[in-house]
Amino acid sequence: MIDTRGYSCPVPVIMVQKEIKKSSPAELEVLADNRAAVENITRFAANQGYEVSTAADGSDFRLTLSKRQGRK
Amino acid sequence: MKNFFRRNWLILTTGFVIGVIALALGALGNPGNMGFCVACFLRDIAGSLGLHSSANVQYFRPEIVGILLGSMIAALAFREFRGKAGSSPILRFILGAFVAVGALMFLGCPLRMIIRLGSGDLNALVGLLGFFAGILVGVAFLKKGFTLKRAYEQSRVEGAAFPLAMLVLFILSVSGIFGTFLSSEEGPGSLHAFWAVSLAAGLAVGFLCQRSRMCMAGGLRDVVLFKDFSLISGFAVLFLTILVGSLIMKGSEFSFSFAGQPIAHTDGLWNFLGMALTGWLSILLGGCPLRQLILAGEGNSDSAVTVLGMICGAAFSHNWGLASSAEGPTANGKVAVVVGFAVAVLISVVCTFAKKKEDN
Repeated sequence: MIDTRGYSCPVPVIMVQKEIKKSSPAELEVLADNRAAVENITRFAANQGYEVSTAADGSDFRLTLSKRQGRK
Repeated sequence: MKNFFRRNWLILTTGFVIGVIALALGALGNPGNMGFCVACFLRDIAGSLGLHSSANVQYFRPEIVGILLGSMIAALAFREFRGKAGSSPILRFILGAFVAVGALMFLGCPLRMIIRLGSGDLNALVGLLGFFAGILVGVAFLKKGFTLKRAYEQSRVEGAAFPLAMLVLFILSVSGIFGTFLSSEEGPGSLHAFWAVSLAAGLAVGFLCQRSRMCMAGGLRDVVLFKDFSLISGFAVLFLTILVGSLIMKGSEFSFSFAGQPIAHTDGLWNFLGMALTGWLSILLGGCPLRQLILAGEGNSDSAVTVLGMICGAAFSHNWGLASSAEGPTANGKVAVVVGFAVAVLISVVCTFAKKKEDN
């Protein structure tokens, strides 16, 4: 679980990028508190071969990144 | 390719609309190649409030108020308005002040840089190279872990305070209840479209930029960091719109050149360094001056403080003779930009390595 809440652009994406580089997890949960961060993380994760589902969590967002099958 | 257009239609549209509006504002009275310029307009606002006494750059620019409120309206309409603050406010203030110093060395924020470039001003190309160089340095620190620490939830009243305060000042400036604000009789400050037109233009740009996340620094940063061309595509469209518009409006008078461009100087080194400073600091701040206005409109008080820093930086720039003119940079301005780089190094290093220490 990565909590990106409160960090200004683009730190949230960098946090996610670091985690994916480090451990290349099959699944990763990310908390974000603004739409711009959600969009940035989604775009980045999609490029990295992840599928992203987003759910509202109070006034925050909970993103679930899962690795697409059959890709790197 | 089709996918790219489908995914990025909003930012592409934003670039086009800003381009058309910038051309229109230029035709309706704004200074040359200055349909929009966040740094210049904040400087004019500082002047209109008497924070500096350069008589030819004083005018309470309604575009700025429009951008803040347009962003606020969009954020409220799409349920994105949230009060937030607490991420190194004083550091942001200082960084904002030096963003203004760098931009006024070059004579324009990143947005005006693109407008100048599309209008045929090749000095802006030198500025763009500097801006890009500054972004590379900033990104290097980001990769190493630079952060201004997180912000925290605040009340919506706190989030709304800055845009609404600017609205009140704007109403005072137009109505003259407490007497008139300072307003230039000659020079760039005297050149402006009718206030309602400027306000409407700002509202449209603020609304669109909030929705599309338009950001010049972010655009180049995403290219470098993630090889993502979404944000930068808006500026490509903006450039093309201004270019085509200028070709149509100026006809045979249009030319790409260094000399004789409106409100610009030809000192390549200092154009480069001014924008390099602005680019570097914009990355540390998480967005260019335009983006800071948008975030302030969304309720982000850290960005509001950054904007206040830019207003103060612009005021100092004129009080101490740091800002360039069409004749070129000043000696004081060169010193200030060098000091700006020293501050950039200091804040970058401390906020990169202090974090690491706490992490261990």
